[in-house]
Amino acid sequence: MSDLEKFRTETRAWLEENCPPSMRTPMPEDETCWGGRNPVYKNPGTKVWMDRMGARGWTVPTWPREYGGGGLSKEENQILQQELWRVRARMPLASFGIWMLGPALLEFASEEQKRHYLPQIARGEIRWCQGYSEPGAGSDLAGLQTKAEDMGDHYLVNGSKIWTSYGHLADWIFCLVRTDPKASKHRGISFLLFDMATPGVSTKPITLISGASVFAQTFFDNVKVPKPQLVGTLNDGWTIAKALLQHERNMIGNMGNTGITGPGGSRSPAAMAKRYSGEIKGRIADPALRLEIARHNMNSRAFGVTGQRMADEMKAGAPPGPASSMFKYYGTEQNKRKFELLLQAMGTSALGWEGKAFDENELGVTREWLRSKGNSIEGGTSEVQLNIIAKNVLRLPD
Amino acid sequence: MPMPLMLNEDQVQLKDAARAFIQAKSPVTAFRKLRDNREPDGFDRKLWKEMAELGWAGIIIPEEFGGVGFGYVGLGVVLEEAGRTLLASPLISTALIGATAVLLGGSSAQKKEILPAITTGGWLMALAHEEGPHHSPYAVSTKAKAEGDGFILSGKKTFVLDGHVADQLIVVARTSGKRDAKQGLTLFLVDRATPGVKVTRMHMTDSRNAANVSFSKVKLGRHHVLGGIDQGTDILDAVLDRARIGLAAEMLGGVREEFERTVEYLKTRQQFGVLIGSFQALKHRAAEMFCEIELSVSVVLDGLIAIDENRNDVPQIASLVKARLNDTYFLVSNEALQMHGGIGMTDEFDMGLFMKRARVAMASFGDSLFHRDRYAALEGY
Repeated sequence: MSDLEKFRTETRAWLEENCPPSMRTPMPEDETCWGGRNPVYKNPGTKVWMDRMGARGWTVPTWPREYGGGGLSKEENQILQQELWRVRARMPLASFGIWMLGPALLEFASEEQKRHYLPQIARGEIRWCQGYSEPGAGSDLAGLQTKAEDMGDHYLVNGSKIWTSYGHLADWIFCLVRTDPKASKHRGISFLLFDMATPGVSTKPITLISGASVFAQTFFDNVKVPKPQLVGTLNDGWTIAKALLQHERNMIGNMGNTGITGPGGSRSPAAMAKRYSGEIKGRIADPALRLEIARHNMNSRAFGVTGQRMADEMKAGAPPGPASSMFKYYGTEQNKRKFELLLQAMGTSALGWEGKAFDENELGVTREWLRSKGNSIEGGTSEVQLNIIAKNVLRLPD
Repeated sequence: MPMPLMLNEDQVQLKDAARAFIQAKSPVTAFRKLRDNREPDGFDRKLWKEMAELGWAGIIIPEEFGGVGFGYVGLGVVLEEAGRTLLASPLISTALIGATAVLLGGSSAQKKEILPAITTGGWLMALAHEEGPHHSPYAVSTKAKAEGDGFILSGKKTFVLDGHVADQLIVVARTSGKRDAKQGLTLFLVDRATPGVKVTRMHMTDSRNAANVSFSKVKLGRHHVLGGIDQGTDILDAVLDRARIGLAAEMLGGVREEFERTVEYLKTRQQFGVLIGSFQALKHRAAEMFCEIELSVSVVLDGLIAIDENRNDVPQIASLVKARLNDTYFLVSNEALQMHGGIGMTDEFDMGLFMKRARVAMASFGDSLFHRDRYAALEGY
């Protein structure tokens, strides 16, 4: 038996034994496991599953073992993912630490910082949030004004962040701050980590058009941050910020293509069109809607194939190139279109707000449709992504 | 393990060689000359011989029949380069469609006779399937009536690509059932010189070759059948899917050429004292095209690989690829013309040539509405 086959056999056996049955069912959104200091586990299996996977480093399978990862090769990770899919295992841990901060720390942090922060992320002990946007710095992110002054043994942080995803629920923040107000705007920024429980930090949840509060505004009033919590070089935080944004954009761009509302899912636009607007001989009755859905699904598939092509090219040594801006732009526009199609397919059934006149799925579609509008804004607007492509790929003049 | 979505070393080499050859021997000016001289053949026979000597006529044909066995990825690579210069040649009608039909449906005797003749550039082939102005594979009224040992073929075909120069026509005829029935079709190999075959050239806007072909009581023998009697639908569908993906590869070449020229123009043309490429209205449109093109590159390659790997999703991917390249060529040819402004409207400039080619290619083997509906049907909705 080859090593990979052996790995597969062992993995399969381990999952059979360790993945709780309640973690092998489709996950309702309110059972997503975010870990952290103050977790809420509606389903007790959630914590068991996170702890078991975390202990093996399989919440972050390809991170090095010394940082709490699984130390798996690409091939092994592929097998692990296949085996997880085979038992329909839920994602053990949702985390901005895993998706965004971790990759940036692996690239830019000191050895000591990596050994300290990464294992906590892997085990889901600390829930992180991102302090990027400010009321006056949205698309123009580098125009941020939150300042950190050098006070000898610490930095003193003052200012405010906005659109901090789950800022009111997070334990720690990775935060862009201005450390040199005299330098040009990209040059005077630094990357700080600090505890949200530090005196002077306060948050206020923001209610979105969907009715949910997934973002907060965050205020810093004379917050003392110990100097060892600076990542990378002082005043060179923009380099880290940009790298991290690429991870964020990949994450957001990938959201729409999978799951139960994706093509082939049980609540896909095609399935909903049949159920809510009629079916004739196994086909969506309305030909105009049918063609719109087909166009959308073909684009989704083309988008998926493109992701695969880019991955294959990178495996063969090609630089990452324009991928993240294209993925962010196209993926989020697709996700928005998906929800528009769901609304079109479901008619007034997807326009309910609350109450017993609608079922849970119907109400969910209304809310998710509204939430999806933010996809092409957060992490850099679609317009910003197009600017980046025009500048960095097509080399069009300023 | 599935094949990675990349060209391998041999294929990259082929692409480079194809580009060098085509750019040198048949730039857009060569196509212009064919058009302006009203060449009766509509393509350059001498050049086709040279292409055959390079192995391109038999590029998908296995070595046992004299071909080079480079597969559809190989052919796609050449077609893409041909699309860049609007090279008019029998690559689609013969190297792609003719060879595919014989490979998939031919008896061993037919393969031995026809495939080597295609490979040397000796025989030209044409698929005669359409009967109306819209692609509709089963809307076949042309009849082959069994009589004695053979058949009597009667009917009319239109938009037969390379029909007026083809030596052999592959004719889709009805041997049973009514027009629009999916079953009851049979493919016939018909020599163009057979009495009762009448070919009229169609002068299309893209200056490529197409023809109306009529069959008036054409006598055929059993040996003219390609595949089985009443068994033509499966072969036809498979041939059309390969034609769609191959043509899409050619379209991709046109798309990339036009896009590159347009981006270049945005960097050189000045108005209001600045380069027009600095205008955000144009930047965003260019960036959007870039995304659509990247997706198109992926699906064309995936489609070609799907054929070579004999994957069972070839029908879906063929419809996806054709619809996507229809839409992308449409977008890029229109945007290219608009962004070039007045000069784009002149015959002297090439943008119009690409737009005309785009429109004819879009109508060949199914427009986007056809393929969206087919994709939906194949996916169960």
